[in-house]
Amino acid sequence: MATSGLMLTFSQSNDIPTGIPIFLPFLSFIIFFISLYVFYHYHLGRLKNANLQDLLWKVFVTGLIATILSFGLKLFEFLFRNHKVGENSLFINFIYFLNLGLILAFLISTFVVWERFIFYQKSKRLIYSWRFFIYLLLISLFLIFLQLRYDDPAFYIFIGISFLSSIYFSVNLKWVPYLNYRQKWKSILLFLLILTYLGYFLSQIKSYSNDVLVLDLFVNITTLSISLFVIVYGITSVLVLLFNLPTSSVFDKKLEEIINLQRLSQSRNTGKNKEEVYEILLESSVSAVMADAAWLDIDQPGIPETKQLRYKIKKEDILDVQEHIPKGKIKKLLSTDPVKNLKTNRYIASIRDYKYRSILVFPIFIQNDSLGTLNLLKEISDGFNDEMIDIIGTFINQASISIENFNLIDAAIENERYIKELNIAKTVQRNLLPAVLEKSDFFDIIGFSESADEVGGDYYDIFKLNEDKTIIIIGDVSGKGTSAAFHMSQLKGIFHSLVQLQLTPKDFLIYANNALAKGLDKNSFITAAYYIIDRKTGTIEFSRAGHCPTLYYDESKNIANYFYGIGLGLGIIRNNEFYRYVNIDKIKYNPKDILVLFTDGITEARNNNQEEFGYDRLKNLIIENAALTPVEIKDAIVQAMYSFCGTNAPEDDSTLIIIKFNENRT
Amino acid sequence: MITIQTNKEEDFYIIKVSGDVDASSSIHLDNKIGEIIKIEKKILVDCNDLQYISSAGLGVFMSYIHEMEEGEIKMVLFGLGNNVKNVFHILGLDQLINMVETKEDAKNLVDAI
Repeated sequence: MATSGLMLTFSQSNDIPTGIPIFLPFLSFIIFFISLYVFYHYHLGRLKNANLQDLLWKVFVTGLIATILSFGLKLFEFLFRNHKVGENSLFINFIYFLNLGLILAFLISTFVVWERFIFYQKSKRLIYSWRFFIYLLLISLFLIFLQLRYDDPAFYIFIGISFLSSIYFSVNLKWVPYLNYRQKWKSILLFLLILTYLGYFLSQIKSYSNDVLVLDLFVNITTLSISLFVIVYGITSVLVLLFNLPTSSVFDKKLEEIINLQRLSQSRNTGKNKEEVYEILLESSVSAVMADAAWLDIDQPGIPETKQLRYKIKKEDILDVQEHIPKGKIKKLLSTDPVKNLKTNRYIASIRDYKYRSILVFPIFIQNDSLGTLNLLKEISDGFNDEMIDIIGTFINQASISIENFNLIDAAIENERYIKELNIAKTVQRNLLPAVLEKSDFFDIIGFSESADEVGGDYYDIFKLNEDKTIIIIGDVSGKGTSAAFHMSQLKGIFHSLVQLQLTPKDFLIYANNALAKGLDKNSFITAAYYIIDRKTGTIEFSRAGHCPTLYYDESKNIANYFYGIGLGLGIIRNNEFYRYVNIDKIKYNPKDILVLFTDGITEARNNNQEEFGYDRLKNLIIENAALTPVEIKDAIVQAMYSFCGTNAPEDDSTLIIIKFNENRT
Repeated sequence: MITIQTNKEEDFYIIKVSGDVDASSSIHLDNKIGEIIKIEKKILVDCNDLQYISSAGLGVFMSYIHEMEEGEIKMVLFGLGNNVKNVFHILGLDQLINMVETKEDAKNLVDAI
């Protein structure tokens, strides 16, 4: 552009036709212009993550370089002032073109940055209107060929439209509030400097008299429009920044509150502990209300004294404050709690004759459990407004949630541990029962046992004393759950120690009662029944210690009967009178007879109408199914019991043992 | 569910137990009886509305047998339904605890002990 322009100048000044058409410098101007725009657009586009401050700084630096270069040119011009060259129009035009290049570079870079500012928050309408503006500028760029002058109406219309557009775009200043106080000041300064450069450049370019210039490329719609836009947007930005200065601290504060709130709510994830939550709460609250002093009383479970976190206040001063509160006036009870108790209510109070003049007290609760109290002090009276109370309320809520989360997670871990231990107990207890009941060659046996809880209190066992005698025990510990399971293990120990002594059923129970008298809780007892099946005599000898009666099916008569007999639970009488309450029963058994042992979980199983499964149902089921194998009988009874109970969960442990005699009796 | 009502007739202290006495509700019964035996000697337990008693409930009555035997307290149960009575019977507690049909019988029995 400069070259062709200079050539034009040269030819005109010497009245020699150059052969360069007039449109060539215009065209090169357009190309120069567009390439500058594309360059800056592309250049800034790469700096996607640059913040607005950096961009502003870039514009400033561009302006600075351009100004320095422009000064250099001025110096150059000054040196040749008295020289012949200095008056040469070719030289002047050359300097002019260089200046023009600098100012255009600066203008366009500023324009592109302003564009970024406007698009800080995009909207569809904004994008469309901006595109329209750019097209308008592009069209105006080509109007340069018409060489419109100031007095042309079209010139004014275009400039007018650009001015209006500049005002329209100047309201897009959404980036302003996001700057903090310092950044705003810095921005104002930069804007003012940029505007100063611009003013300097414009005055520079104006100083070239039109007479000397062969071609005034600056005075065209596009350059003027862009200058207008840059100036208008710059001035509005400075004004808006100025007006936003007083409120920027509020915005900063809100931002800080949000960040604090986030710290409170994310404390669990960031590996903090409860103490740190309290510390963040105190710190955030102090900064939110600009308190002069504060303290946080934290309740400690099981200890009447509270733990104190203090901010700019001594322990003695707290006592002073607490003494002064009742003398002052409770300004406002802030909760809707009808009980006007200062301990559970949040309130603001004024303090008289003390260095602190107002206090805001906020108890911290999780549901109904008190966690502590937050106390905020100010040296001015009436120092707490509604917004402050709201934000403290929010902080406290968030802190309580965090604390509760800590508690819940601790509880969950604890719970997990209990479940694991209970599972161990379950395995241990399950192992106390025989895995399979050892069959004898003269009877078949099958057992079923199920606990209502994780661990149960029912017990059964079988012991083959010798070729002829097999001993079976069934027991039920009062209560259920873990304590029952412990007592049951005692019974197992007693059984395996005493069974080898070949005692009669009655003696076994007497010894067992004596042993258990020392080991059972005051309210606990165990019911048990002890059976000796003797193949040689073909008899079952048994005693009952308060346990469910024995059900016996006599195949020859096809009847089933309960054998009650007297009996008393083990551990009920803990002296040597127990023998009075035990008896021995004896049954002669025959092949296909059935012996049924069970615990009260079977007969007392209840349905939704609170009816019990009962003795009669059990008895009838045995008679009905007597021809089946023990496994089938067991299945039939268990099935019947479950369908009887329906959806009602079993309340007690239930055990069932079916023994069916076969032909092998010798 | 259990409800325990108490009232005094002459010098008899009557505890009316209604509903189910299971593992959890037996604690209330135990506390009530424990409270009463400190001040009263003649205790009647009205079981007319007692629907169900679990082994834990039996444990409550069992734990006062020693006091009854020593004559420190006199306790009689009356009005037990068949189901409940059977539970006491199977455990053998009926041999150690006095049970009668009516309140009058109970009063007479307490006086006779």
